[in-house]
Amino acid sequence: MTAHPTSPQFKDNAHRALADTQLQKALGNVRHNFIEKRASAAGKLPEFEALRDQARDLRDHVLAHLDIYLEAYEAKVLASGGHVHWARTAEEACRIVVDLAKDRGAKSVAKGKSMVSEEIGLNAALERAGIRAVETDLGEYIIQLRGEAPSHIIAPAVHLNQEDVEAEFRRVHTWLPKDRDLHEPEALLAEARAELRAKFLAADIGVTGANFLVAETGTSIIVTNEGNGDLSQVLPRVHVVVASIEKIVPTLEDASGLLRVLARSATGQDMSVYTTLSTGPRRAEDSDGPGEYHVVLIDNGRSNMLGSEFEEMLRCIRCGACMNHCPVYHAVGGHAYGWVYPGPMGAVLTPSLIGVDKAGHLPNASTFCGRCESVCPVRIPLPKLMRHWREREFERHLSPAVARSGLGLWAFFARRPALYRLATSLAMGALSLAGRRKGRFASLPFASGWTQTRDFPAPEGRTFQAQWKARGRRS
Amino acid sequence: MSARDEILANVRRSLGVSATDAARRANVEGRVQRAAPGVRPLRGQGDEGARVAIFIEQALLVSASVAQVPGLDAVPAEIARYLRAQNLPATLRMGADERLANLPWGETQLSLSTGPSAGDDLNSVSFAEAGVAETGTLALVSGPHNPTTLNFLPDNHIVVLRAGDVEPDYEAVWSRLRARFGKGLMPRTVNLVTGPSRSADIEQKLLLGAHGPRRLHIVLVRG
Repeated sequence: MTAHPTSPQFKDNAHRALADTQLQKALGNVRHNFIEKRASAAGKLPEFEALRDQARDLRDHVLAHLDIYLEAYEAKVLASGGHVHWARTAEEACRIVVDLAKDRGAKSVAKGKSMVSEEIGLNAALERAGIRAVETDLGEYIIQLRGEAPSHIIAPAVHLNQEDVEAEFRRVHTWLPKDRDLHEPEALLAEARAELRAKFLAADIGVTGANFLVAETGTSIIVTNEGNGDLSQVLPRVHVVVASIEKIVPTLEDASGLLRVLARSATGQDMSVYTTLSTGPRRAEDSDGPGEYHVVLIDNGRSNMLGSEFEEMLRCIRCGACMNHCPVYHAVGGHAYGWVYPGPMGAVLTPSLIGVDKAGHLPNASTFCGRCESVCPVRIPLPKLMRHWREREFERHLSPAVARSGLGLWAFFARRPALYRLATSLAMGALSLAGRRKGRFASLPFASGWTQTRDFPAPEGRTFQAQWKARGRRS
Repeated sequence: MSARDEILANVRRSLGVSATDAARRANVEGRVQRAAPGVRPLRGQGDEGARVAIFIEQALLVSASVAQVPGLDAVPAEIARYLRAQNLPATLRMGADERLANLPWGETQLSLSTGPSAGDDLNSVSFAEAGVAETGTLALVSGPHNPTTLNFLPDNHIVVLRAGDVEPDYEAVWSRLRARFGKGLMPRTVNLVTGPSRSADIEQKLLLGAHGPRRLHIVLVRG
């Protein structure tokens, strides 16, 4: 079962988020840190823009040949002694992992951070089968204790402050002495490290995602800074990779090209601390590593996006730069988006995966400022794709009646330029006359959405088009 | 229809292609066979001296420490010195790598043990397959010689790297792996390690030693 979306309530979610002072304090960290660090890392690498072009072209090439790459990748995994499972849907993917765990009598699973596992609702499926899934990324561990979903694709607990983490550890780690000082973040990290180390060593199965799947070698690649995903795939006796089908890259060379833009775009690091390449199970002579290696390839709606106007979204390498630079994300945080993927990439991907009828608010929650596109390492035209969703929403009569009739009225005039010019100059003239004394309006008919929170400035008299025309004549 | 066949059929339908299109297959096979490098940053290029200098600069930037020694025989003394300076116990765990086993450990007071880690070792040493100048990254390859658990479980990870093994970029590491294991073949695990473990999940404050080692010490062997 896919995680239950609250995206249809986006407006209520956003209102609540704006009034949440703790959340607003935490979001302050996003507004500064990520943006400055990315700019600095990109600025220090002269080849960065060329690498973005290369990354875009590579992703497009893979998507155009995805069927063949999937077959080639599968053949290499099998040749290295691994197993490949295919899942059409979230339910099918969960069933595969649950069955793997049950058949091996597994009681606990150590998980590296994986967004696709959030998408398919894997933890809940494992819990229903009586198997404990432990998130091992510090941020994921914190939100798992709180029973929350991640609010950011690479910084899952970015909506929390240090005191929230301390309170949660005190609540759950009941063995902690009351006088243990947890005021410093170092103490919180040490507590989580000790607790999770035991969980790693006890786990029967390690589940990780994959940043890339390499067709040349049948290798799965993950990047982490903590080393948690890496321990998840070396300590337990079974390693299960869950990955969506578009994660394929042709060769190790292609993976390195993407790695160069991934960390810089995500956290402003030149390279994440750990990039781990796993190929098959441990070899006969190896003294550690898992005895079994499984890959679950998940479609869950991707194959339908190919060849559509949303295909470019499948270039995404999940760096999070778009949300780090998004004024809407900065204002409301990730939970308001109501499903797994927030920010601009979520506003495009979520309607594709759960339906525009449920997630239509998300592509509307954008000012189209274009910052997301300007920082995207694979140059996804996110505003254009959001606009496509707005068009679909309009075509399918999902947008509210007032908006539809307003747009209809505007379209009537827009198609008749002479009438448009006449109507706007009449309206501007009238508004200019009416607002002459104060120079602004505290309220206007049909514009209460604007005037509720700020004044509307009175026009100066002539329309832009009229002024432009006059200027052109003069020069 | 199996899930596999249905997914592949759906991909082909969406792309408007057929499964038997030889030109598309040739396109893919050619690209995988060539494994052509793309844009490689100039930063890591240059002769060995330049590469080593950049490697050290980058490694220090990510909070690793680096010591240079004139030859392999000087490695045990340097490790003993490092552990003393950090006020750490004189214990050390390593794999079966003969390049490590044959070093003059008797000249030190270090208490050695061998094999993978079960999580109760404070200090470990590994022999790096290569270094990457571009980002101060270490490439470590799994196997009984240098078990992967030694890269992650101990609190303090020491890595021996020969200056001659410092490559300009990741692509050069892939070439080495192909030369050693064969084209298209890989060891179970390759770890690219760039500094000690860290997390910024609490208010974006950078903290070292999340799940992996708190300290990463690189012993760079000249000559």
